[in-house]
Amino acid sequence: MTLNRRDFLKVSGAGAAVALTGCATTASSSAARPHVVVVGAGFGGATCAKYLRQWGPNIDVTLIEPNDKFVSCPISNWVIGGLRTMDDITHGYDNLPKHGIKMVKDYVVAVDAAKRTVKTRGGATISYDRLVLSPGIEILTDTVKGYKEAEAAGKVVHAWKAGPQTALLRKQLEAMPDGGTYVLSVPAAPYRCPPGPYERACLVANYFKQAKPKSKIILLDGNPDVVSKKPLFTDAWNTLYAGMIEYRPNNAPLAVDGSKMIVTTEFDEVKGDVLNVVPRQRAGDVCAQAGVRNDSAGTWCTVNFDTFESTTVPNVHILGDSILAPLPKSGHLATNHAKVCAAAIVELLAGRQPDPIPVIANTCYSATSGTTSGYVAHVYRYEAGKGYVAQPEGGATPKGSEIVFAYQESWAKNIWANALD
Amino acid sequence: MYKKTTLAFAGFVGLALSGIAGAADMHTKTISSTCMTCHGPGGKSKGAIPSLAGLEKDYFVKSMKDFKSGARAGTIMKRHASGYTDAEFEAMGAYFASLK
Repeated sequence: MTLNRRDFLKVSGAGAAVALTGCATTASSSAARPHVVVVGAGFGGATCAKYLRQWGPNIDVTLIEPNDKFVSCPISNWVIGGLRTMDDITHGYDNLPKHGIKMVKDYVVAVDAAKRTVKTRGGATISYDRLVLSPGIEILTDTVKGYKEAEAAGKVVHAWKAGPQTALLRKQLEAMPDGGTYVLSVPAAPYRCPPGPYERACLVANYFKQAKPKSKIILLDGNPDVVSKKPLFTDAWNTLYAGMIEYRPNNAPLAVDGSKMIVTTEFDEVKGDVLNVVPRQRAGDVCAQAGVRNDSAGTWCTVNFDTFESTTVPNVHILGDSILAPLPKSGHLATNHAKVCAAAIVELLAGRQPDPIPVIANTCYSATSGTTSGYVAHVYRYEAGKGYVAQPEGGATPKGSEIVFAYQESWAKNIWANALD
Repeated sequence: MYKKTTLAFAGFVGLALSGIAGAADMHTKTISSTCMTCHGPGGKSKGAIPSLAGLEKDYFVKSMKDFKSGARAGTIMKRHASGYTDAEFEAMGAYFASLK
């Protein structure tokens, strides 16, 4: 590692005054450039790294990511439904270094928040002035009995992190005989992408309708009702896919038997040809390493919403699905958390007050068929003591349309470009 | 520290309300960047969603006010426009007009 601001402070007595006032204008030496380490190059992390460089050209940014490529969860249901290919949702990180971001292909195994260092599996110790964690979710496969064995045998998938399981699920659906049963489960909220399971049911039904019309879908919901965009999805299920989708609320899977291809819930034993069980989730492991996975269940991270800094560990910010918030866990919101967080870090490192009234918006499109989509959209304004307050007129479309399908496709290209181009 | 915070806050609001082109404050840059999540980085869109870069400020402000009031029909924009103030429309309009 090159000398960063903290190293500089260790060797320079004059630097101590800079650290105490946090006043960047007196720290004109090139060795006093602040260093932000971002963990995870998904929608939150990659976008945050880019905007830190754009708004804080004096800030050094290191982005740590173990994967070679970005595979998008948004539009992955289109791959599962046969509308797009894995190539369409897979993007390289080649453009990020052009913004002056230092990319490190590695995995963070330890965070020392007191010393402000992260350690990687590859053996590097990297110090930071501020740390941004955007690891996404960890899937709690232990919460469903038999899951790990069935998953290892390729008999059950979640496909809730886009990647190899997305491609495997598509293959399994293609191989399924006409007249077969696809079992899809929805975890109890909160989980990544609230409308995702219902969009997936629509797009698999769209595929079955064309390719194997005697097949059916059993949708086991761990919630008492459809969690998101209910009118949109129930309209599609009733009008486009009548008789194909059997919806069972309050029916969370407790066990999976991969040899018998059976999912057991509190009420039912359900046999399927393709089992797509999505377990509950929690904030990524690095959040535990940093001591910020701190809600009462030890599941998610609590943050101050004007800066996205942990409520308990200073100088550590958390973005995206890992935070506990009365907001949906969406890639769109992760991207917008990233912008508010980047702006706040730029101001904090310069000794200025962050924007006291940030505003973020969520826009979430879901396809209901190969030509129609709907959306939900809300604007949230931060109010001290209240957090983000949803503004009037937010809400969802009751019916899918072709123009919104075109917007969904355009949205995906633009949000990918926000993070990666 | 509190004095500094108060001054910073006052300066911030002044800038946000003035909406001077080329001198966008962090609030304006941040809210405009959240528009770009759909409308493309730098306000340049790929695909069916319109670009915002280089739009005439008056056109942008009128469009947002009309989406908010319902005078202009749209698919999703009333839901977004309703969450922002007139001062923010002015500031965002100046900012997007400054992007080429």
